Amino acid sequence: MPSYSLKINGKSEQVEADADTPLLWALRDHLDMVGTKFGCGVAQCGACTVHVNGSAVRSCQLPVSSLDGMEITTIEGLSEDGSHPVQQAWKEIDVPQCGYCQAGQIMTAAAFLESNPNPTMDEIKNNMHGNICRCGAYNRIQKAVALAAKKMS
Amino acid sequence: MSTSSMKFSRRGFLKTSALSGGGILIGFNMFTACSPNAEVPKEVVDISQLNFNDFNAFIKIADNGVVTIFSPNPEIGQGVKTAMPMIIAEELDVAWDNVHVVQAPLDNVNYQRQVAGGSQSIRFGWEPLRQTGATTRQMLVMAAAAKWGVDPSECSTSEGVITNAKGETLGYGEVVKKAAALEVPENVPLKEPKDFKIIGTDAGNVDIDKIITGKPLYGLDYKTEGMVYASVLRPPSFGKKLDSFDDTATKEVSGVIDVIKFDDKVAVLANSTWQAMKGKKALKATWSNGSPMESTEAHDKTLIGLLNGNKFETLRKDGDVKKAFSEADEVVERTYESPFLPHNCMEPMNFYANVTDDKIHLVGPIQTPARTANQIAQKLGRNPEEVALEMTRMGGGFGRRLYGDFALEAAEISNLAKKPVKVVFSREDDMTAGIYRPSIKYRIAASLKDGQITGYHLKEASINSNMYGLIPNFFPAGAIANYQVDVAKYDSNITTGAWRAPYTNFLSFAEQSFFDEIAEKLELDPIQMRLDLLQKVKGTTDDRIQYSAERMEEVINLAVDKSGYYNEEAGVYKGFVAYYCHNTHVAEVAEVVLENNQPVVRKVTCAVDCGIVVNPLGALNQIEGGIVDGVGHTLYGDFIFNDGAPHVNNFDKYRLIRMKEAPEVETHFVKNNLSPTGLGEPTLPPAGAAIAIAIKNATGKRTYKQPLVKNMANAVELG
Repeated sequence: MPSYSLKINGKSEQVEADADTPLLWALRDHLDMVGTKFGCGVAQCGACTVHVNGSAVRSCQLPVSSLDGMEITTIEGLSEDGSHPVQQAWKEIDVPQCGYCQAGQIMTAAAFLESNPNPTMDEIKNNMHGNICRCGAYNRIQKAVALAAKKMS
Repeated sequence: MSTSSMKFSRRGFLKTSALSGGGILIGFNMFTACSPNAEVPKEVVDISQLNFNDFNAFIKIADNGVVTIFSPNPEIGQGVKTAMPMIIAEELDVAWDNVHVVQAPLDNVNYQRQVAGGSQSIRFGWEPLRQTGATTRQMLVMAAAAKWGVDPSECSTSEGVITNAKGETLGYGEVVKKAAALEVPENVPLKEPKDFKIIGTDAGNVDIDKIITGKPLYGLDYKTEGMVYASVLRPPSFGKKLDSFDDTATKEVSGVIDVIKFDDKVAVLANSTWQAMKGKKALKATWSNGSPMESTEAHDKTLIGLLNGNKFETLRKDGDVKKAFSEADEVVERTYESPFLPHNCMEPMNFYANVTDDKIHLVGPIQTPARTANQIAQKLGRNPEEVALEMTRMGGGFGRRLYGDFALEAAEISNLAKKPVKVVFSREDDMTAGIYRPSIKYRIAASLKDGQITGYHLKEASINSNMYGLIPNFFPAGAIANYQVDVAKYDSNITTGAWRAPYTNFLSFAEQSFFDEIAEKLELDPIQMRLDLLQKVKGTTDDRIQYSAERMEEVINLAVDKSGYYNEEAGVYKGFVAYYCHNTHVAEVAEVVLENNQPVVRKVTCAVDCGIVVNPLGALNQIEGGIVDGVGHTLYGDFIFNDGAPHVNNFDKYRLIRMKEAPEVETHFVKNNLSPTGLGEPTLPPAGAAIAIAIKNATGKRTYKQPLVKNMANAVELG
């Protein structure tokens, strides 16, 4: 079985996996980092969102063989202790219901706010539109992104 | 202080146990406590012999005063893991910040109500949980009083500290050992609502830190040493049977360990989820028809046939509908149609099972742990006492996880493979091997005479099952003299079951749309028409009636007031609905605007009477989620069967509501001190009807069939 060296959350990790194994499953099954969630497997729900070189991407569509030299950040590495402003905003607004999609929502929001620190409500809605929350916590997600923007400014 | 209105007394329901590590454990079987015939459990137990079936709610107080509360019911996102312990902590009189919450597990003895479903956890848990907290507090006070040599009545408590008349204090942790040895007191008084310090305050989700940092929490996150992953090939259509399969290519997929046939399914076991899924895709199977391949087209004809026929079961009959119809000025009749719906929990179905010779260990997301554990014991021919089941937090339930089919699969595979196994559904598996909301059609007819509704006849034609017996006693039962509810069903091989707010999730759309149309016909204000009908229910002696006219009136008035329903705003169209289900009264006002001639749901204002609001922060989340869910499925939920299989199997084709489509939700609670009722479901049913009425007011057209986005184009102008 081939072995891949991945740079995840600032650390080098070796993964022995088939070349076509999506990053999602390498994280979850091979590296025991289960914060990144499986929702659809076809890049439609956003539950598996991670950062690759700072951009929010769907890890269910990224084969481990395509990530050489890339900087990968997962929810486990967004901050050491949950202190990232987006995580803190999520806690303050008490966003989650079931909570399953929230790691993906947080990763999408964190990358978005890096590129757009002062978004309008419409920009927030547009950017978060790709992440499904089946519990319908959209009102709170929106508020939390706005609050995080405030915290980061 | 007031004593509990329900008599718990001792009846053996409270048991204490000194912990070997120091501290006290109090157990309370809250659901059998509600039953007059409950068996009285035996004496004080040893912690090592602890059986969670005897104790559905737990308090553990360590010598250092730290309090652990075991939350009894499964957590699917409805917030009970936070709210139920809050109720105990309130009466125990401890600081919420010092409380740790732990999910209680369950083993194989079938329980009444360690269940997440029907919005009933808080309603049923309210009195017993309070009693648990209050009794424990009383024992701690008694222990402190004995130490001081004073009467317990001279002592008070606050945030885990007992104070006597002289101002001396003892922490709970200092007296727990003594308290554990005391007789359990009877009829302990409960707090007056005005003295509540925790109930009614905002408490954040107890799992929030784990959720935002990605710690293992859900069933899909669970793993053990030596566990293998299973991906299961199931019949591609309802009614198909497995004839044969060829696993040559599967066995060449790296990481595949085994291929196991069971029932009409084939499980591929592998070292990782991805390899198991790949192995399954490589399977070649041949299928034959075990029963007919069904279709939505055929169901539509069958259900309309049932509505046109006369093979109904009558669930409620007041007066004489036929006579009222024959004497009417006009009879209005409308038919409303809904599709099947998949649940689409964000966490696809999954379960862990390790079946060994001496026990069956199950871990995963399940709304009905007790029933599922028993089904598994039965299926494997094992003693139920050999089954231990642990519940994980669930990535959504919505009714799907009431059914343990996926846990049963895990157990069957583990039993055959002799290995610990985690079954993981792909999204496609999840959407195509569902236990769907059944497609239902309602036909409602009303007779109008002299500006009044004189008769009301509701007929239901459903797939597999009909509305439960309480529903015919919801509004407008009791408000219309001649009233009848008839049901009929067609038995399909497509599996169906509960979907968030079963039956009412569409019945509300049908009935509330109908009331709106009747009001239009009678040239009445739709709200005034409802208020007038409610007058007729007041003082009713019919104890079958489920809703309260007074509480309904209150939510109506609150919603009208807070939404500014009667303040006209150019370009804004409103829809009003008042509804009762799951013991909670709700009124909603939807606001729709037209953008590029298309209706857009901008806002929903909601008034709720759920009695005392235990955790407002959590309650608001449930209300917002219920409304967004109701709006989303009413607009987009489209699920058609052709040749026994659904026409879509993933989110690329199945549309769920997303951020930009979600309306702003504004909530207002009716403030009272009545016992709390549930919120997981009641705000969903009114939402779809409210937006349909608002859309009618915007476009002039009524839509009788869901989903609205697809069927609006065929909307008809009647009237």
